[in-house]
Amino acid sequence: MSVRLANPSEAETPANAPSVRPWGRWGVRYVAISYLAVMIVLPLSAIFHHGLRDGITLFWSEIASPIGYAALKLTLVTAVTTTLVNAVMGTLTAYVLVRYDFPARGFLNGLVDVPFAIPTLVTGVMLVVLYGPQGTLGAWLEGHGFQVIFATPGIVLALLLVTYPFVIRTVQPVLMEMRRDQEEAAYTLGASKLVTFYRIVLPAISPAIITGALLTFARAIGEFGSIVIVAGNIPGRTLTAPVYVFGQIESQNVRGASAMSALLLALSFTLMISVDWIQRKRKPTTAAEWEER
Amino acid sequence: MSKRRHSPMEWALIAIVVLYAAVLLVGPLFSILWGALSTGVGPFLREISTDNALNALKLTLLLGAGATVINTVFGVCIAWVLVRDNFRGRQFINGLVDLPFAVSPVIAGLMLILLFGRDGWFTWIADAMGIKIVFALPGMLVATTFVSLPFVVREVMPVLAQIGTEQENAAYTMGANSWQAFWHVTLPSIRWGLLYGISLTLARAIGEFGAVLVVSGGVSGLTETSTLFIFRSLDDRNYVGAYAMAMVLALISFTILMLMEFFKKRAGTRH
Repeated sequence: MSVRLANPSEAETPANAPSVRPWGRWGVRYVAISYLAVMIVLPLSAIFHHGLRDGITLFWSEIASPIGYAALKLTLVTAVTTTLVNAVMGTLTAYVLVRYDFPARGFLNGLVDVPFAIPTLVTGVMLVVLYGPQGTLGAWLEGHGFQVIFATPGIVLALLLVTYPFVIRTVQPVLMEMRRDQEEAAYTLGASKLVTFYRIVLPAISPAIITGALLTFARAIGEFGSIVIVAGNIPGRTLTAPVYVFGQIESQNVRGASAMSALLLALSFTLMISVDWIQRKRKPTTAAEWEER
Repeated sequence: MSKRRHSPMEWALIAIVVLYAAVLLVGPLFSILWGALSTGVGPFLREISTDNALNALKLTLLLGAGATVINTVFGVCIAWVLVRDNFRGRQFINGLVDLPFAVSPVIAGLMLILLFGRDGWFTWIADAMGIKIVFALPGMLVATTFVSLPFVVREVMPVLAQIGTEQENAAYTMGANSWQAFWHVTLPSIRWGLLYGISLTLARAIGEFGAVLVVSGGVSGLTETSTLFIFRSLDDRNYVGAYAMAMVLALISFTILMLMEFFKKRAGTRH
């Protein structure tokens, strides 16, 4: 997601170009900067301003209200659960997709992108149809004492579905471009598959797994569309932080909405910066990157 | 890809992965077909062709197209500046582009309320110009544009970096101006990456719900998009209507996904 920038070399520009270029270059530069300032910087500052302008005490009192606190806790718990499950399942899926050959591999690979394309609200509707009390499966599960929809499992299920592609799509390219000679050396030396994976493959792909996991977490704490349908939104029990923010907006409590938003944003931004940092620190794992050194 | 035979252990891993995808993805995908069509094709068609449903679909496509056009134009500009231009703070700008990915849609909606709602920072400007932004179409367009902003930039940047400046410089040497060089040389070289970014933008814009919900005011027939239609239909216990619209949106998303896969392959080296 985050991209490293290379410096364009000015030396390559032919002699006749600069006479036409500077105007256009400055124009494009300021169009780009102004657009981002108006669309991103300004709106985000409004959130932090409204959340914090009445002082840190009132900011905390909004967050620490029983319902707000429960919502924040639920969001963090479900997001962490989702991140752990999808870190493991995503890594496994990426590994199986890259290394093994089986029927329907291409189909599965195409399927991975589906959650990116389907609107999250529609995802929520799908889960309600399947697991809701009116659905066959949902009624059966409820009969056996396991409630999915309007309960915490439904929230986790929605988050798992919505964030399914992240770890897979960050780990897959690293696995594909990874050099195999170390693994083959390990096999030759008599290491088992498990030991080889643990000692050779995992260290090489772990920055990608962590990046994918952080993106999953950042996406999970902000998820709204699928959860608002699936969770039932019972304050103190199944109301997540983004749905809490929505409730505060509806009841005209701008400070409450902004305070919780500012906290969620601070959390996501820290994660995004970490992702960027990890990708910069990442050791070269691909053949091309080794050659660059 | 090795064409060797797999051990039972490996087949077990494959089975776990396939089963996980089946339970998580395939099950819900089929359930929506069942939900929309279990009462028959008649009710499905009736629900999807009501005035409200058709207006909602039209508005969704309109907002999707609007946001896509805006983000394509500005996205190419930003990508160009980030790859070809060199100035202080470029790294900071680069970091800004990803932020909409980290912002919850509800918070994106709240931002617009804070800027243009009652007592908002810029409400006076909008009032002076006689435009209603929040609880009206302009606000919904801005919200949709915000959430889908990074895609074009992020897909065009690597392609732009990859093609280099040789051909552009050749064009300049032959006397082309900046615009001609961009239109005849740069744009054709980045087209598949750009189209991939555009299709991602469109998919995201069409599916937007949270941000639009906050700024729409939800007037059916006027400021109701397809996702808002689904939300209201569920509230009104009009399940067939909600499921029918959900299925139509899922089908539109699938079509865009197919296009995406095609563009992605054409864009080449990217995964």
